[in-house]
Amino acid sequence: MISVRSLSFAYPGGRPIFSDFSWEVERGEAWAVLGPSGFGKSTLLNLLAGLRPPSAGEVRIDGEVIRRPRPRTGLVLQDFGLLPWATCEQNVSLGLRIQGFYGPDGKHAPASVSARNARERTEYWLARLGLTTVRRQYPGQLSGGQRQRAAIARTLALEPDLLLMDEPFASLDAPTRESLQNLALELRAEQKLTTVVVTHSIEEAAILGPKILLFGNGHGQGPGRGMEWIDNPSAGQAAYRGSADYHAMCDQLRERMGAGVEQGARVAG
Amino acid sequence: MRRRDLLLGTLFLLAAWQAVSWVVGSGVLPYRSATNILPGPLEVFPVFFREMPGRLGQDFLVSLWRVLASMALAVALAVPAGLVMGQSHGLNRLLSPLVYLTYPVPKVVLVPVVVLFFGVGDAGKIVVITLILFFQILVLVRDAAAGLRAELLQSVRSLGAGRRALFLYVYFPASLPAVLTALRVSVGTAVAVLYVAELYATQQGLGYYIFLEGSTLLDYPAMYAGIVAMALLGLGLYFAVDGLERWLCPWEFAQ
Repeated sequence: MISVRSLSFAYPGGRPIFSDFSWEVERGEAWAVLGPSGFGKSTLLNLLAGLRPPSAGEVRIDGEVIRRPRPRTGLVLQDFGLLPWATCEQNVSLGLRIQGFYGPDGKHAPASVSARNARERTEYWLARLGLTTVRRQYPGQLSGGQRQRAAIARTLALEPDLLLMDEPFASLDAPTRESLQNLALELRAEQKLTTVVVTHSIEEAAILGPKILLFGNGHGQGPGRGMEWIDNPSAGQAAYRGSADYHAMCDQLRERMGAGVEQGARVAG
Repeated sequence: MRRRDLLLGTLFLLAAWQAVSWVVGSGVLPYRSATNILPGPLEVFPVFFREMPGRLGQDFLVSLWRVLASMALAVALAVPAGLVMGQSHGLNRLLSPLVYLTYPVPKVVLVPVVVLFFGVGDAGKIVVITLILFFQILVLVRDAAAGLRAELLQSVRSLGAGRRALFLYVYFPASLPAVLTALRVSVGTAVAVLYVAELYATQQGLGYYIFLEGSTLLDYPAMYAGIVAMALLGLGLYFAVDGLERWLCPWEFAQ
């Protein structure tokens, strides 16, 4: 599904963040991208979303080279994603209205999907994410959890086949975060989505990622600074949280990430 | 603010006006005049209502048209310019010094120049008021567009929005409160400058009416009726913009 080949990227005037990085994601897989701040996790997501062009190499999704946002890729950001001047309902239907605005041109909206049943789809997703009662409220009136559910509803209403999430639950309190993590697991199973979740939280990566891409484990120098792939096959069920396997996985991730941060500090010092 | 408080405030101002008028008219002050130079509302409002269907009403409409035309013109010119400057760092860097230098210049001093270029008709007045509103709107719209968070723009682009949809769903609604705020804070100045502009070589408009009644015909109640009309013009426009903001930008008022 996603094929990253020999990717290099640097911000103008900055040092390289990726250099000759390759990565494959199969259809239906769920990945968590875990690492400390400043190691390029969000940059990777922007590259996958087509919001930034790579300096060298390429990102292919379904065989197609990504140069601009792809209609069937959904993106959920930590915050600030909702239009403050639109009600919850208008925000949820925003993607559908944009598709209706352009028509099925294959560039802004998938060529095959029509936005004709936009109203029913908006209703369905408002109800599915428990937003029906707050549909007429503005984002400023919603709680953090409701805002994030609206952002998810807006993205899923477009029926994406790939869902990218950047720290989606980082600004929420712990109970809301756990319930939204469980919701994300449910929705992924229900919609048969391929997902990539970027997070700096070890617990979140362990819960959401049957496969984990760890940044900055301390091995290796320079761009990428030690990436590794970790299998976490038991992830994906709500019951996994709190199990002995889960704690062992968290410990393992903590140890590897900690080694990277410490070594980074030594190198920097 | 509650309606009742507004009404009470209005009544208080009218009562104060009437009281001062009686004092001035009673002759206790050490100056002499054949007629009361401060007629009270009891004297002025009958004249106002008698004159409104006639010449005063016509002059009111002329002034109203000049302000509304200027508002429309200023919005049409300043919103696109502000959006472009707010989106493009390069253009903003190029044009900002110009705006910085010209924005604080009191546009009212340009009235004689504009009369030289555009003559004594409507055009000159409209150009002057447009200049005042243009800079206010330009600056606020530019800042609103520049202040949009990159995350918001990216997330809307990820929903498939290109340039046109971004304009329609993001930049346009984001600039609406800025436009209305700019109009609200500058409509008073606009009416004040209109008054000055209408003192110049014209035979229409409330400025001319007030000037004519006060200094040529010496009909003070009529002059005050003109002043009331001018005040109502400013107040009415302010309330209209305020109402428009509540109607078009309900999210600004949701708690």
